[in-house]
Parts: sequence; structure tokens; C-alpha cells
Amino acid sequence: MFDLKGYGPALAEGAVITIELAFLSLALALFLGLVGASAKLSGSRVASGIATAYTTLIRGVPDLVMMLLFYYGGQVAVNMLSDYLWETREIDFFFQFDPFISGVVTIGLIFGAYMTETFRGAFLAVDVGQIEAAKAYGFTRWHTFRRVMVPQMLRHALPGIGNNWQVLLKTTALVSIIGLTDMVRVAEEAAKAERMPFHFFIPVAAVYLILTAGSELFIKWLDRRANVGVVQGN
Amino acid sequence: MPDFIVEWLDRNDIFTAMTLMEYWDGLVTTVHLVFLSLIIGLAVAVPLAILRTVKNPLISGPIWVYTYLFRGTPLLIQLYIIYYGVAQIPGIQETFWWEIFREPLYPALLAFTLNTAAYTTEIIRGAIVSTPHGEIEAAKAYGMNWLLRMRRIILPSAARRAVQAYSNEVIFMLHASAIASVVTIVDLTGAARNIYSRFYAPFDAFIFVALCYMVLTFILVFAFRKLENHLLRHQRPVSS
Repeated sequence: MFDLKGYGPALAEGAVITIELAFLSLALALFLGLVGASAKLSGSRVASGIATAYTTLIRGVPDLVMMLLFYYGGQVAVNMLSDYLWETREIDFFFQFDPFISGVVTIGLIFGAYMTETFRGAFLAVDVGQIEAAKAYGFTRWHTFRRVMVPQMLRHALPGIGNNWQVLLKTTALVSIIGLTDMVRVAEEAAKAERMPFHFFIPVAAVYLILTAGSELFIKWLDRRANVGVVQGN
Repeated sequence: MPDFIVEWLDRNDIFTAMTLMEYWDGLVTTVHLVFLSLIIGLAVAVPLAILRTVKNPLISGPIWVYTYLFRGTPLLIQLYIIYYGVAQIPGIQETFWWEIFREPLYPALLAFTLNTAAYTTEIIRGAIVSTPHGEIEAAKAYGMNWLLRMRRIILPSAARRAVQAYSNEVIFMLHASAIASVVTIVDLTGAARNIYSRFYAPFDAFIFVALCYMVLTFILVFAFRKLENHLLRHQRPVSS
């Protein structure tokens, strides 16, 4: 029904790369967000200072600039480190900084900053009495964090995580600029070669639309489940 | 430029007067592009948001479809579709439109405007829908018709509720404008990419431009905080 001029398999592979990239970045972002939020709420001046610097820095710089910096700069930094290690210690170390890794690292770092804010708000929404109760039971800090704070915080964090995920998904299109052959890149090459921009970009746009619409439904479902025990006051 | 700056720059390999001028031109292009798309986007979004709250699904439906499509797909794809797509419209190359659209700036402006208008429409719609019902009832009781109610009561009240979310949209647009460099526009990011490829110095080129964007972002954040303080003056707690 839809003639993709032989680019169909490449587009499908590109779509898989986009999805892999999105999920790996999400995992990194969630991890960084938890660490960042814990640092901000830790009461330690140094830790919260570092976390604040991180979130401010990330929110001031465009994602594309960050990505170009990591991609081009990352390789130069690795080369410098590799030269240094070889000259001083004779250690043979080299590492190819490919676009996929730069993409995951950049998107993870950017959304880690947004997740930090989401989780910080969610942690603050946990009732202090719960934490006091955990202390009274002799829970260690780590135990309180894992058994009391995180499970109760997640419910409050879910809408924020959902919003961030929607934006993250669309940000993955940027990796085509640094040369990763995701579906946007394949579509661009096909559109240029065949001189048919609509023919290739509209299916890709539709895939993004399906992904965002599907996630929206999934997040709504998760949110309903997470709030099962909560009486909604209106 | 003063002589001592020129002299200092002459001893610097990368940040010469010439590269700084390139960055400056890029800054002008970025500000120009973002400012125009935001202004036009806002002007389009206000009427769309009002129409989006109309009960008739034949009016609000198409607007919903428009905002859903533009918010659900990446701006990069929208830019590609418009940039590569206009040349393919049959017959356009013979009309005067081609003179305008062959420059990459205008397709980019169109894509950014459509994108920001979609987000802004939803922001303003949200603010309109959450107008306290009492305010509307009071306006009706005063005998105001729909237009007057909209102009005097609903829109000013909605503006206060929308300004916070809109400031985020403005900053998002500034950052998103970096992708203009992909369609050969030399904006701030485009200048950085040129300078990177000329000197093969990623840190100098991109960290400098990141700082430029940060300064722009903080100026915007500051300006919006002032605006919010001004609009929400009546909610400020009474100082002792």
C-alpha cells in the first residue's frame, strides 16, 4: 500500500535505534534524577550545590549544542586521555566515541536535570510522619530511602516523568544530526535521493505520533494504578 | 572595537575579531528568528485558543488536530518537511513565493512559528478553561456580551495564569532554534559549527556558544520574573 522505494527495512531499523536510544536515555535520566534529587535534599551544602549547578547549567544550554559538544568534544577528550596514558604509563587505552553513546549520554544528562526537579518535588510531597515512623522503627537512611521514600514518591513523580518522557522521545530526533542512522536520518537521505520529502518524512512523523500517543495512554493507565489507594478530593 | 581588544584578540588563535563577528552575526540571526516566531506564534495562538474553547466540534476539532500533530512530532521533522517540501510544491518555482522560500530562513521561521503556536494555543486554552466561574458569572450579570467578557475579564485573567508556562515555552523555543543550523542557517549554533570545523576545536567553539545561550536564557528568565511580579502584584502577601 505504501511504496517506500526499498527504504522500508532501513527505516524500520532506524525506528528500532530511536526506541533503544530513548529507553537507554530514560534509564540514565531516571538514575541521574534520583541521585540529583537526593543530593538536593541531602542537607549537605556541597552535594546540593553540585546538583543545583548541574540543573542550572543543563537548563541554560540547548540540547543540540550539548550534543555537538559531547560528540565532537568527547572524542577529542578520549584521544587526549589516551595519549596521556600512553606517554606516562604506557597503557594502551582507546575508545571510539560513537554517535549512539554520545546521544544516550547527552539526552540522559539533559533529562536527568529535569527528572531531578520532578523527583525533588515528589520527595517533598512524602509525608514527614512516614519518615519519622521509619526512623522510629530503626530503619537506616538507605532503608528509609528504598522502602519508604521511593515507593511513596513515585506516585507523585509519575505525571512529571510522563511529561519528560514525551519531550525526551522527540529529542531523540536530534541524534540524526550527529550522524546516527536513526529513522530521521534514513528518511532525510531517502527524501534527498528520491526528491520526495513528504513521502518519507510523513511516515516517520506518524511513528513519532504513535509513540507519543501510545505513551500517553500507558502513562494514564500507570497513573490510575498508582493512585488506586488514594481518595481523590475535589 | 577598541585597539587593546583587537590587540589581545590578535594574539589568540581562535577568538579573533573575525570569529567574534561571526558569533555576533549568529546571535543576531538567532534572536531575530526566535523573536519573530514567538511574536507571530503568539498572535496566531490567542485566536486559536479562544476558538479551541468553543463548544462546536467543527471549530475546535481541527484546532485540536493541529496542536496534537505539532506537539506529538519532533520540531526537526516539521522543519525538514517544510524545508524540503516547499520546493516540491508543483509550480511554486515560477511564483514569487519561491524567491522567499528558497532562503532557508523562511521555511525555518514557518516551522518554528507553527510549532510554538501549537504549544502556546494549548497553554492559553488551559488558562482560559480554568477561569473561575464566578468571574464569568459576574461579567454576565453586568450585561457584558461575549466579546467584552473575553476582552475585559477572561483574557486578562488567563494571561496571569498562562505567563509561567509561557515563559518555559519561550526558553524552549530559544533552545529549539539551535536546529536552524541544520538547514544551513548560520545562527549561533551554526557559527559554532563553522568555527569548530575550521579550527577542529570543539571545546572552544561549543562551550563559548553554550555560554552565549545561557546568558540569553538568564536574561529571559529574569525578564519573565519581572513580568510575573508585575502581573501577579495583587497576590503578593501584605508586607509587614
